[in-house]
Formats: sequence, C-alpha cells, structure tokens
Amino acid sequence: MADLSVDFAGIRSPNPFWLASAPPTNTGYQVQRAFEAGWGGAVWKTLGNPVINTTARFAGLHLGAQRVAGFNNIELISDRPVEANLREIYETKKRFPNHALIVSLMVDPKREAWHEIVKRAEAAGADGLELNFGCPHGMAERGMGSASGQVPALVEAQTGWVKEAARTPVIVKLTPNITDITSTAVAAVQGGADAISLINTINSLMGVDLDSWNTIPHVAGKGAHGGYCGPAVKPIALNMVAECARHPEVNVPISGIGGVSTWKDAAEFMLMGAAGVQVCTAAMHHGFRIVEDMIDGLNNYLDEKRIARVSELVGRSVGKYTNWGDLDLSYRIVARIDNETCINCNKCHIACEDTSHQCIERHADEEGQPFLTVREEDCVGCNLCSIVCPVDGVISMVELPSEAESMTWNERQTALALLAKDREEPSAKEVAQP
Amino acid sequence: MNDMLSRNFAEVHSGLTPTEAMDESNRCLFCYDAPCIKACPTGIDIPSFIRKIATGNLKGSARVIMEANPVGATCSRVCPTEQLCEGACVLNDASKPILIGMLQRYATDAAIRSGERLFAPGPGNGLKVAVIGSGPAGLSAARELARFGYAVTIYEAKEKPGGLDTYGIVSFRLPQDVSLWEADQLRTMGVEIRTGVRVGVDLPPEKLLAEHDAVVLAVGMGRVPALGIQGEQLKGVYDAIELIESTKTGIYAGDLDGARVVVIGAGNTAIDAATCAVRLGAENVKIAYRRTRSEMTAYDFEYRFAKEEGVEFRWLTAPKRIIGDESGKVTHLECVRMKLFPEAGKDGRAVPVPIEGSEFRMEVDAVIKAIGQTRLTGLIESYGLEHERGVVSIDPATYRTSHPKIYAAGDVVFGQGCGEATVVSAAQQGKLAAYAIHRELNQQSAETA
Repeated sequence: MADLSVDFAGIRSPNPFWLASAPPTNTGYQVQRAFEAGWGGAVWKTLGNPVINTTARFAGLHLGAQRVAGFNNIELISDRPVEANLREIYETKKRFPNHALIVSLMVDPKREAWHEIVKRAEAAGADGLELNFGCPHGMAERGMGSASGQVPALVEAQTGWVKEAARTPVIVKLTPNITDITSTAVAAVQGGADAISLINTINSLMGVDLDSWNTIPHVAGKGAHGGYCGPAVKPIALNMVAECARHPEVNVPISGIGGVSTWKDAAEFMLMGAAGVQVCTAAMHHGFRIVEDMIDGLNNYLDEKRIARVSELVGRSVGKYTNWGDLDLSYRIVARIDNETCINCNKCHIACEDTSHQCIERHADEEGQPFLTVREEDCVGCNLCSIVCPVDGVISMVELPSEAESMTWNERQTALALLAKDREEPSAKEVAQP
Repeated sequence: MNDMLSRNFAEVHSGLTPTEAMDESNRCLFCYDAPCIKACPTGIDIPSFIRKIATGNLKGSARVIMEANPVGATCSRVCPTEQLCEGACVLNDASKPILIGMLQRYATDAAIRSGERLFAPGPGNGLKVAVIGSGPAGLSAARELARFGYAVTIYEAKEKPGGLDTYGIVSFRLPQDVSLWEADQLRTMGVEIRTGVRVGVDLPPEKLLAEHDAVVLAVGMGRVPALGIQGEQLKGVYDAIELIESTKTGIYAGDLDGARVVVIGAGNTAIDAATCAVRLGAENVKIAYRRTRSEMTAYDFEYRFAKEEGVEFRWLTAPKRIIGDESGKVTHLECVRMKLFPEAGKDGRAVPVPIEGSEFRMEVDAVIKAIGQTRLTGLIESYGLEHERGVVSIDPATYRTSHPKIYAAGDVVFGQGCGEATVVSAAQQGKLAAYAIHRELNQQSAETA
C-alpha cells in the first residue's frame, strides 16, 4: 500500500484528489459527503459578494454514444450568503480536521476587499486560500475572475495584497484564456503565491439548437459564453501544467486541473509536475463515488511500479517535455501491422491513403483473404494508422535503427551557421588579399 | 378472432430504442470497402446508413438503404443477416458484430412513420413497362424503372400489393404495413399498382405484351403442392401458405385451438406455419422432416425461434397417409422412418429412403403441408416462355427470358439448385432486370433515332 498523502505547499491531504471549486463544493452538506466518499480535499465554491445565478447553467458535449466528453457552464460564484458559507466551512473543518479544506475567493480588485475576505475565510478554519483569477464568464464582465487573471500586473498586485493578510498558503488559480499562461504564472509567483492551480475553464459556446436556433444553453432565448471543461480539455490543461512546471521562474507547487477523470489522468498530471489534482466534471457526471477507483487505481499503479509515495511521481516527466527544436530529427519509427489480429476494417489504409503518406497497401492471399502491408520506405511514422485502428495491439510503431547521428533542429541550425561562418571567413581573407 | 390475431400476431421483436440505436450505430467502425456491403445481395452501403443514424440523419439513412434495396424495410426483418451482412462484419473477429438488421429496421421504421416519399421518378421517357406481380422482385424492378422515367404498371392478382411479404410471411415477423409502405413508396412515384387483376384470367397476356415496351414477370410461386398420399382431402389438413395468409388478412377460420399439429416440411414457410399454429392455440406442434437438421432449408435463426416457441422436431420422418374418422376429420398421421443415402442427389443434398417396416402413427388433429410451392406454369406457358418444370429460363446476365420483350425475376426463376429464394435476392434480381431493360430500350431508341 503506497503512501498517497500529499503536502501541497504546506496543506496536508490524505490523498492528492481534491474537488475543484465548483458546483460540487457549494455547501457543507456536499463537501462532507465528498470527504465521506474519500476525497482528500475540497476547494470551496468561490466566496465573494453573492451573485444571482441564471437558470439553465450547464451544457454537455456528447460525442457519439459518449456523453459529457466536454462540459460548459455559465454559473457564477457562490450565490449564498458569505456568512452561511463560512459557518458551514467551520462545521466541515471541525468534522474533518485531517482533510484539506481550501476556500476559493474572488472580490473586486481592491486591497481592502481582499484583506477582509482573507481574514474571514481563515477565521472559519480554511487550510488555504485559492484566488479565483480564472472564472471566464459573468464575473469577468465586472472586472473580476479572468479579467484580472489575464493581466499579469493585476495578478501580481492582488496576490501581493492577499499575502499581506494571509496566514495560510495562497494558491493562485490561472485562466487558460491567455496566449502564454506562464506569464501570469510568473506574475503570481512574483506576487508571493505559495502555489498555482490550473486550468480554470476555457471560453466556450457549447452549441446551437438546430430547431430553435437558440444557443445551448440559453436563458430565455439568449446565451453568453461559458467555461469549458471535462475530458476534452485534458490535453490543453496538461500542456499548460507542463509549460509552468518546466518554466524556471515558476518554482511553486502546481495543482493540476482540467479533465481529470481517472487515476490515470491524475498520474499523468503528477508526472508532468502537478503536486495534486482537482476534479469537477467527472464528479458532476458520476457522483462523488468515483474517487474510490481513483484512490484504488493510483495505489495499485504505484505498487506495481514499486513506488512508495505518490509524491515521488511529481515532475518525473517534466524533463521529457521540451521545445520542438530539441527533438531528434534522426529518430525513426514505422508502422507494423499484425495480420494475425487485424480484422481488415481498412481504416488504416484509407486514412493513410487519403490523408497521410499513401504507404499502406491492400493485398489478398491465394485464398482471397485480405491482408495489409506497410511500405516502410514511404512510412513517415506519423502514428495515424495506429490511432484509427480499432483493435489495440494490431498496429505497432517500431523503432528502426537510426541511419544518422542524433541531430535536433537547433543543433542542425547551429552546425549550419558554423559551416557558413567557416565558408565566409576564407572568402573574407580572399577579399582582403589584393 | 381478429382481436386474437392482432394480440398473438404482434411483431415479436420490438425495434431498437433511440438510445440503443445511438449506442449500436456508434459502435460501427465505418470500415473502408466494408465486407458487409459485399455480403449484402443488394449491396447496401451499410457503413454509410449506420453513420447517418449516428449523426441523426435518419431520412438520409433510410434513403441509402432503400436506394440499394427497394424492399429494405422488409429485408431488415426477414434477411438471414447472420449469414449475410452481420456474418461478414469485421467485429466478429474483435467483439461482436453490429446489429445491422436492427439498425436497418430503425432507420426504415422512421421513414415509415414519416410517410415521406424517398425518391422522385425520373423525367418521363415515353416508354411503358408492365410488371406482373408485386412481390419483392416486382416492386424492385418497378421502382428502378420509375426512377429511369418509365411509365410502370404493376398487375397484382391479390387485393393488396407486396406478394409473399404481404401474404406469406407471418405477421409476428413481418407486419403487413411494412410491405404495404414499400408499395406505397412506388405509388408516390407514379407507379400504378392494379390489384385484383389476374393476368391470364382478367387480362389477356398478349394484350399486356402488345401495350408495353417490356414486361417483367415476377409472379413468384403458387400454393403448396399435394403430398400425394392418402387422406389429403380430410378436414384438418392445411396448406401452410393459405394458413399464413388467412392470419395476415384476418380471415382465419381454422380450428387449431388446443390441437395437436404436425407440419410437414422444414423450410422457412414450415417454421412460419408451425409458429403460427402455436399462436393459434395449438397444444402441441411438431415438424416432421424426411431429412435431418443439416439438410433443412430453414435459416438457423428461424430454427432457434421455432424451438423457443416450443415447436418439436421429428427428423428422418416422412408422412405415409393421413387417417380420419367417419366424420372426415383427421385423427392420425401415419409416418415412416427414413435413412439418408450418403451420395448426394441432384440438388446436392443426401437422398432419404424409407426404412421398411418402420411405419408408426401419431395422434393428430391437424396436418399442415409445407413442402414447397407449386409453379405457375400456366401463365409461363401462355407467354410461350422456355422453362424447366415451371422455372423460367433466363439469361443470367440480363434476366431476359426466351421472349425478347419479357424479363423474369424472383421466385419464378428460382429453382433447380440455382440462386437463392430470399426476399433480398429477389429484390436484387428485380433491380438487375430493370437495368437490363433500360440498357436494351435505350439502345433501341438510340438506334431508331
């Protein structure tokens, strides 16, 4: 049994699975149910001046038979009185002293406002604070949420104000609705953040109803952009986490958020530098009980890999994430098709033929049985065939012995520049000679 | 009686629910050059129609099906899919095959409910074709010819169109409104379907020939032939085709409630008759067949269905005579046990011979004959067509008979060990006959022009 406990910027948690600040953490009832189900921590739904929420708030992206491949919402921060939230935070912390209870905060970008809310949250027993600089809808129109989170100077200043008052660790939650997330991550660190969490939701419009031509969702016939999350955003979130993790100036713990649905997703985020993860959509899709397999699966994985503590996973893949210019151009893989297990759907053939490099040929043996072959000399090792193949293990991408020395684009450009310089120098001498 | 029929003869399998259809259609791999298409005698682009279900384009899906197979709604219910499309599905090797027949039914059921016309007739070309018979082959030929712009008239002896699909397949597998919808689709395209007209009785065959540029003979087959044994005229002896028809038209007036029934024969019609008898209240239903399970012509799924319905099978059993009481009612069936000669007969199947002295009697109240169908030789000969024991001879490439203006398709050309007696192959033959007519008449008009 591996040790799943984490110490996230000084916040202790029995496991790395936290509920993100969102509808699942709206009340003490819900957060306590979550802790009973096994969640290690929860980030309470954002406190601030109470808002009025609309009806019709959520929409799901269904891909074929798969429901909720993506999810969006136009719900704002807590619409309950701050006092009620604080009272329930206090009760929850009292009942679950060993669980991590973080309180998400969002107020007007004013020093006094931040000081006041920080003090109240901490007085209620918060183990840490998360600054919501990410909410992309509604609150941003009022200068809060992502409107603050998109401006590095505002992130830095407000983080600084919070730090003036805070006694518990301060986590800054970042918006992905920005060109380079490391710029706001660095600003948060410069403002004194103890940790960052990312990503918040991505600006989105889920769809248009083809009968009414209304937006999905709509509020009395009108819609506004929402925040997109769920399994579909995981690759976007994972990249942003990794970019922060490998940035030399982002030297604080990262809480990974964005499409985490299973223990595998969590392990990937941790390998890419997250010290813990936050989950929302998967819980909204299936209920709190999904955490049981998250814990069990992660534990079994660690045992199988003979890793004693989950914290040992953190950041192990960050060094493998680099710039394109540092990739080895001499590395070569090609597709191999196992005709024993191939079911002859020809999807690899048509994908390669129409949209890649035309190197998968169709043949038939003497008995007319179809089979496929890869013309390896024309295969660029793009992976497309193995991606579209419906049967695992039929197409493998096989490494070929390299024909050339390892060479990256950057090394190549450096070498070419040196070569050019060598050529220029003698000619300069020639010119110098009369 | 009609209440009983509508209750007991309601379709056995309900269609897929929208959720099931969504799950199943999304399971389809959308293979390239898919083997299921090649396995379909009418070549339906199966991956395409399934993808259209998945994208919510049900009208487009039904069009893909019906375009390749004008009786595609019927076929979704009666095709031996395990041997055809589903048998060829690549997922047989990975998990389990896609329920192609059920998805086909889902899409065509939606088209039936919408009642919309799926295909427009072609611009009129001034040529006229008569189709005799409105079963799958006739409907199929007529539909294709209408799309080419021919003025098509179908002559149907029965009161309603659809042939075997309307009258000869039990309602709990194929309700009448399915085949009637397929016929209605033709009417919306301007095809005239003249029902209740018996060519050769109500209409002189030569008149039809003279008034049209081509004739498609798609008359199918007739009643069940005589067993040629003593006692066939007794009360309680039924013709399977007539029995099924009476339940489909609501005129059933037999007395099978509580009866002990033996069905003679083991084709799909025998199974239909047997399961029909079960639903008509028979106490016990046996199928007696002179060969064994491996030689019977009923599909596997039909055989399994009959077993589920409680039908018993008596292999290597042939009827010898039917015995009745003084009131002329069946009381016993005398049978003889058979053995199979290993050498195959003319049709490739083992030849059964009686075992001497093995006669035995079964107490029965009814005997249903289902040993095949007679040939409509009279009509065939009225056109002077070459035939072999009622099977019209054709050029296999064009379905043209010995008469240059007459083409033939469907059961009327099935037999002597060649072809398939399935609805789906009849549909394909109808299409091919229509294409051959179109080629021929086009060429003729080009030559005269």
